[in-house]
Amino acid sequence: MLRYTLKRALSLGLSLVVASLVIFFVIEVVPGDPASFMLGLNAQPDTIAALRSELGLDVSKLERYLSWVGGMLQGDFGTSYTYRTPVTEMIGDRIWVSLPLALYALTLSTLIAFPAGIYAASRRGKPGDMAVMGATQLGVAVPNFWFAMMLVLIFAINLRWFSAGGFVGWEKGVPAAMKSLTLPAIALALPQSAILARVMRSALLDVLGEDFMRTARAKGLTRRQALMRHGLRNALIPVLTIIGMQFSFLLAGAIIIEQVFFLPGLGRLIFQSISARDLIVVESVVMLLVFLVILVTFLVDLAYAAVDPRLRSRT
Amino acid sequence: MTLLSVQNLSLSIGPLSILKEVTFSIAPGEIVAVTGESGSGKSMTALAVMQLLPESARTSGHIMLRDEELTAQSEKSLCAMRGNCIGMVFQEPMTALNPLHTIGQQVAETIRMHAVMPKAEAEAQAAAMLTRVGLPQDRFPLSRYPHELSGGQRQRVVIAMAIARRPRLLIADEPTTALDVTTQAKILDLLKDLVEEFDMGLLMITHDLAVVADMADRIVVMRKGEVVEQGDTKHLLAHMQHPYTKALFAASQHQVDLPNAEDGHAAILSVQNAVRDYALPRTKLFAPRSFHRAVKGISFDIHQGERVGLVGESGCGKSTLTRAILGLEPLQDGSITAFGTAVAPDMPAQARIKTQVVFQDPYSSFNPRHKVGRILTEPFHLVDTPPTGVALTQVIGEVLTDVGLQPSDAQKYIHEFSGGQRQRIAIARALITKPELIIFDEAVSALDVSIRAQILDLIAGLSRRHNLAYLFISHDLSVVRSVTDRVLVMQNGEIVEQGETETVFTTPMHPYTQTLINAAPVLPDLAALSDKTETAHAPA
Repeated sequence: MLRYTLKRALSLGLSLVVASLVIFFVIEVVPGDPASFMLGLNAQPDTIAALRSELGLDVSKLERYLSWVGGMLQGDFGTSYTYRTPVTEMIGDRIWVSLPLALYALTLSTLIAFPAGIYAASRRGKPGDMAVMGATQLGVAVPNFWFAMMLVLIFAINLRWFSAGGFVGWEKGVPAAMKSLTLPAIALALPQSAILARVMRSALLDVLGEDFMRTARAKGLTRRQALMRHGLRNALIPVLTIIGMQFSFLLAGAIIIEQVFFLPGLGRLIFQSISARDLIVVESVVMLLVFLVILVTFLVDLAYAAVDPRLRSRT
Repeated sequence: MTLLSVQNLSLSIGPLSILKEVTFSIAPGEIVAVTGESGSGKSMTALAVMQLLPESARTSGHIMLRDEELTAQSEKSLCAMRGNCIGMVFQEPMTALNPLHTIGQQVAETIRMHAVMPKAEAEAQAAAMLTRVGLPQDRFPLSRYPHELSGGQRQRVVIAMAIARRPRLLIADEPTTALDVTTQAKILDLLKDLVEEFDMGLLMITHDLAVVADMADRIVVMRKGEVVEQGDTKHLLAHMQHPYTKALFAASQHQVDLPNAEDGHAAILSVQNAVRDYALPRTKLFAPRSFHRAVKGISFDIHQGERVGLVGESGCGKSTLTRAILGLEPLQDGSITAFGTAVAPDMPAQARIKTQVVFQDPYSSFNPRHKVGRILTEPFHLVDTPPTGVALTQVIGEVLTDVGLQPSDAQKYIHEFSGGQRQRIAIARALITKPELIIFDEAVSALDVSIRAQILDLIAGLSRRHNLAYLFISHDLSVVRSVTDRVLVMQNGEIVEQGETETVFTTPMHPYTQTLINAAPVLPDLAALSDKTETAHAPA
């Protein structure tokens, strides 16, 4: 297990190095000068020169790469050109919206998907299964921003249980903050849970056909006991893969939902900094997202090994 | 006193009638073998006794365990009975165990399902049971996972699970079909001992008549869901009544009429000191790779028109050698020459024409979306100017006729054929380029005995008509004995013995060959048996 973990950790480190190189070179070494690109066509030469030295463009590429990576390792992501504030601060504000939102949505989606998938699998071909499959078909097909608008319409405008948008901030207390994230989390979770429930169902159905499930029944386990004790864990591998992918998506891909609910999240930050051609912010946020996604992949790999002893013993 | 009594059991799934009025019984300590070909309903009979039938199955008749009617039990009391009063062992030990649970957990689970006791005590009982089935704790602790065990060892775990609660009835569904002969002999011995020790009844489902004759006290012969004949083993073997029983036993002892081998032909395939290594995963990041030597310097020749057998247990390197001979994988040392050309993955396509192959599984070795005609003509991509139009149709018609099918079958899809017919198509595909050497890789192992006998006859006939040489690879010694002139015995990547088939089988020299031949169950000589009983029964 230790060897497996070390190997995965090594692969995590290598992926990060490669990712940082790719991001750095794509953004910095593209033809043309980042400073003149950022300032647009009508910029004055002296403004460009000032930005060049501010960006550190007057030293070699290798030195710039090393100082960029070195800075990030110390938590220094540089200073936003547009906002004139440290990028670390900007990310810091927004990650405390995006990360909890992604985790909240993922928890909801798992809580909905697991029972729905298990229920559908255990009643394969019966009305219960068909109902779940129909609902998830709808959930996969309907875009999350439509759910978002419906939720606003029902729970914010008609019932007035939640506010229609905005984030109150964690300083108002965890319940209040969670409350303002609830509608966006639901809107994000619904399509994800539909996908996850379908994956769960089909993974379980595959496992139900396995010989060891028949063995379990021959030992005297009821259908339900066999499903829960022998089926579920075996079905987890494909489900974990999807959960890992969904987390990555929820973290960066929530941009439309962030717009609908006026949430100051990472998706909006990227969108705004791309519009403003603020390469320093783009570069840093992308690197941070890549880091989080690779980290999640690493955690999913560890989860595989926790579930499956065959992976643990493989050297 | 009867332990299990099945009376007039009929079973249907939808409009399909699976079992018809099946009746038999088992006494404590008795081994009853239910035998028959695939589709005879023998496995369904076993599942019916377990009451683990598909939900859509409808049954009538009675299944009595002692004085309890199983068909009338609630699901709850059935669960209490399964694993407790009736244990079951399955065919495929590689998949019958949950890969994510330790063997200790899985055996202890049977115990704790049916008795309230502390975990430690259940584990102690599990350990004792695993030791009893031949997995002592010092070498096979409870913490082992299934993937760390061999097929035979896994089957022992499955048996330990099934007998952990000392059930009165044990059902074994093809318990040794997936195992090597030497392992099979050990598992059969274990089952016999357990039946005696626990005074269990054993319902054994098997298609292998040699195993049946060797193990069973009584035999039940089934065909298409019906019991055609049953009785005491010795008596039934000596006095078979039903034509199907006679045909079944005749087929499994089938001797093909092989044309005499002619000496003095040139070698068409020559394997010289062939070595095949597989790279093992690195143990340390920068450690040099270590290799597993699957084929360790093998040499042999096959001459024109010669029929050579290759026997050995799983993992001995048979398949690796086959792939090398087909030029699918490179050798690490030595050489293989076929028809004067060096065999290697990069050999010219034309050089492959004269060597063709037939694989084991008639169900998965064809593309289901292609018609038979297209499947058959696939080897023609090796030919520079393949026949077209009428000539092509004629060639297809010829090979189909050659293997006993109709030229019109070329227009059908593969799912329209039975297993035996598919294997004929596989042979036709191998024949279409008019090869001189065919490799049969376990080509009859998946077939029922009567179909197998027909395919073996076909192979013998083709060998006569086309002066074919072949390499017949099989784990089934009796089949190899009947269709080959010369045999190679392989163990751990080496050929430990080779010689004329009859000589090797009657006077094996190498201890491994002796072990193999002794372990293989053989049908007793039925004619002699019937004479003997007749004299015994003759009036004094």
